[in-house]
Amino acid sequence: MKVKVKAEPEEQRLTGAETLIHALKQEKVEVVFGYPGGAVLPIYDALYRNPIRHVLARHEQGAIHAAEGYARVSGKPGVVLATSGPGATNLVTGITDAMMDSLPLVIFTGQVASGVIGTDAFQEADVTGITMPITKHNYQVRDLKDLPRIVKEAFHIASNGRPGPVLVDIPKDVSATAAEVNFGGKVHLPGFQPTKNPNVLQIKKLNEAIESAKKPVILAGAGILHAKASEQLRAVAESKNIPVVHTLLGLGGFPADHPLFLGMGGMHGCYAANMALYECDLLVNIGARFDDRLTGNLKTFAPEAVVAHIDVDPAEIGKNVETHIPIVGDAKAALQKLADEQGSSSMCEEWLVHLRQYQQEYPYWHKELEDVISPQKLISEIHSLTGGDAIVTTDVGQHQMWAAQYYTFNDPHKWVTSGGLGTMGFGFPAAIGAQIAEPDKRVVSIVGDGGFQMTSEELILLRELDLPVKIVIVNNGTLGMVRQWQESFYEQRYSHSVFNLQPDFVKLADSYGVRGFKVSTIEEAKALLSEVLNDDEPALIDCRVCAAENVYPMVAPGTGLHEMIGVKP
Amino acid sequence: MKRRIVTATVLNQSGVLNRVTGLFTKRHFNIESITVGHTETEGISKMTFVVNVEDDRQIEQLLKQLNKQIDVLKVSDITNQAIVARELALIKVLATGQTRAEISGIVEPFRALIIDMSRDTLTVQVTGDAEKIEAIIELLRPYGIKELARTGITAFTRGFQKSVTDLKHYTLLK
Ligand SMILES: Cc1ncc(C[n+]2csc(CCOP(=O)(O)OP(=O)(O)O)c2C)c(N)n1
Ligand SMILES: [Mg+2]
Repeated sequence: MKVKVKAEPEEQRLTGAETLIHALKQEKVEVVFGYPGGAVLPIYDALYRNPIRHVLARHEQGAIHAAEGYARVSGKPGVVLATSGPGATNLVTGITDAMMDSLPLVIFTGQVASGVIGTDAFQEADVTGITMPITKHNYQVRDLKDLPRIVKEAFHIASNGRPGPVLVDIPKDVSATAAEVNFGGKVHLPGFQPTKNPNVLQIKKLNEAIESAKKPVILAGAGILHAKASEQLRAVAESKNIPVVHTLLGLGGFPADHPLFLGMGGMHGCYAANMALYECDLLVNIGARFDDRLTGNLKTFAPEAVVAHIDVDPAEIGKNVETHIPIVGDAKAALQKLADEQGSSSMCEEWLVHLRQYQQEYPYWHKELEDVISPQKLISEIHSLTGGDAIVTTDVGQHQMWAAQYYTFNDPHKWVTSGGLGTMGFGFPAAIGAQIAEPDKRVVSIVGDGGFQMTSEELILLRELDLPVKIVIVNNGTLGMVRQWQESFYEQRYSHSVFNLQPDFVKLADSYGVRGFKVSTIEEAKALLSEVLNDDEPALIDCRVCAAENVYPMVAPGTGLHEMIGVKP
Repeated sequence: MKRRIVTATVLNQSGVLNRVTGLFTKRHFNIESITVGHTETEGISKMTFVVNVEDDRQIEQLLKQLNKQIDVLKVSDITNQAIVARELALIKVLATGQTRAEISGIVEPFRALIIDMSRDTLTVQVTGDAEKIEAIIELLRPYGIKELARTGITAFTRGFQKSVTDLKHYTLLK
């Protein structure tokens, strides 16, 4: 393994806390999302004396989702700092979310002093134990001398290979006491040697398969984004003339307005994309993990296809779908090599014509509503008012699916959503992190009225940090996605999915010093959004939308991609 | 269900056993036994697992998931290789005056040892592969087994064998 770490063998006498700050600066950390407490007092004290930008969230969950938004948009690891016990346990949802969606995070938690670990001391929790299954790796620092190396390794592991969260638990005595520490150590991880360069023979095999395929399709996941391989994806798709389907998390990796783009696949994907996955004779998965929300019933998934799978994580290959051409490696390297392979594009004009017919025949559709806002229309308006160029973060539920369907992206790194874990409460704090990563870009946070209430305490950050995030609450007065499933699969028994009472979101915003607006018709919404989306102040817009709308089309649970319901009005 | 013997070379970090068993729980793998111990290299331990898997895909997942662990250096499925695999069992069996000699007679051909004795029991130590251990247990059972402790299998491939696993390329990739 060749890891280039600049050697600066400087031995210094520092406390653990000072060592940590020094190490973070060495890693060029721009911002830490955190929340103080007893076990991290020494670290906060060191931060006071030797500052790094610190964003004081109002809940650790807000801090970690913000770090995820930052990581998703910037590609750099998000850094989180929290205290022991409750501080650390409040991070658990965010850590799991980052693990599921492969986001690079480095999380530092305080721990009670080494001498009392294991005694149920005040605010003690077995954080390395709790987070073992939800981190890519974790550490507890036993000896201050190890800290510089552990920090280096943590950043290295979080951002190399398949990205993911790494946690470092630091007992209070380690951060409080001083020792001679050395920052010159190198990363030495014999058990972590991710394969970057794919096997050329396998690439050749894939190229041959492409040449002989009549109905090929590329399924592109977020691996494209992590590898920054959008250009290479486009080059391969164009030179070999293969249509592209995105997963929910991959959106933006391939331009939505490209003639070879079929749309999103999966449960609420579009008909043409799902039928392409169903009917294809060659399925080239690049950086997607064949999640069940994407595949539908596996028994009828891509039944005719030769399956090729390019993934930097070998464990994803063959996990859910039998794979004939496995290719372990970085998506960018693999696509580059594939593009270099001579061999004409597959002859699949007929196939493309066939798929275009599906696209024309079965586009996304929604009801035209008169007196009340159609949520789909609302998203389309936001799309056109922002020129399709905003960074969009969403929460989880119906609004998320509508955003995925109607806010189409031509560029990567603009789509921030919680896919694998489906974490309500993610969307708004993620927007804060996204705006911090990209201060000059427009960030729109499209959230549900339910999920927004899970992390709305972070509103104060928009005022405090002057972040011009625009929050659009798609307010249907319900836990819409739950209500939809109850309507469709539980004979309309709306058990606890309709809110009896809601806060006044406008006043809520107001109390945090953020402008709040309420709109109830699409004209009102258009007029307001065209102003608000273009100014540089934070804003919250409570959009009262039709409560009865459902997300269609849909692959109902247990069915296959070819059995979509609600494909036509 | 197929029985597979898997070995893993791991860094001797705190929590590494936890990581591996946690992984088995998380991924719903069915472990029959685990043994862990130091190797010839300081700081490196060897784990031997006996697992029951439903099919090849499951064992492949297991190997790959183990390989993904940062503290795991190498993973091999050695089920189909020429291996030396041994387990140790301690068996405390009821022994009265008449049966003592009989039990000694069973113990001998198994090259097992009687390592402890009380007024009404004998403790037998036996080493061997799983079948041998099971065989002696079955023979001793009629006398009344009071206590039984098995270590689980520890194993490696025989000397001078080319080690071949069908997933070797993934191991090499690490
Ligand atoms: C933390 C969490 N709890 C519960 C759920 C289950 N869930 C999925 S969507 C949904 C409804 C979300 O309602 P809302 O935020 O109003 O969005 P809508 O579907 O109405 O657009 C719920 C409860 C979840 N995904 N996350
Ligand atoms: Mg709602």
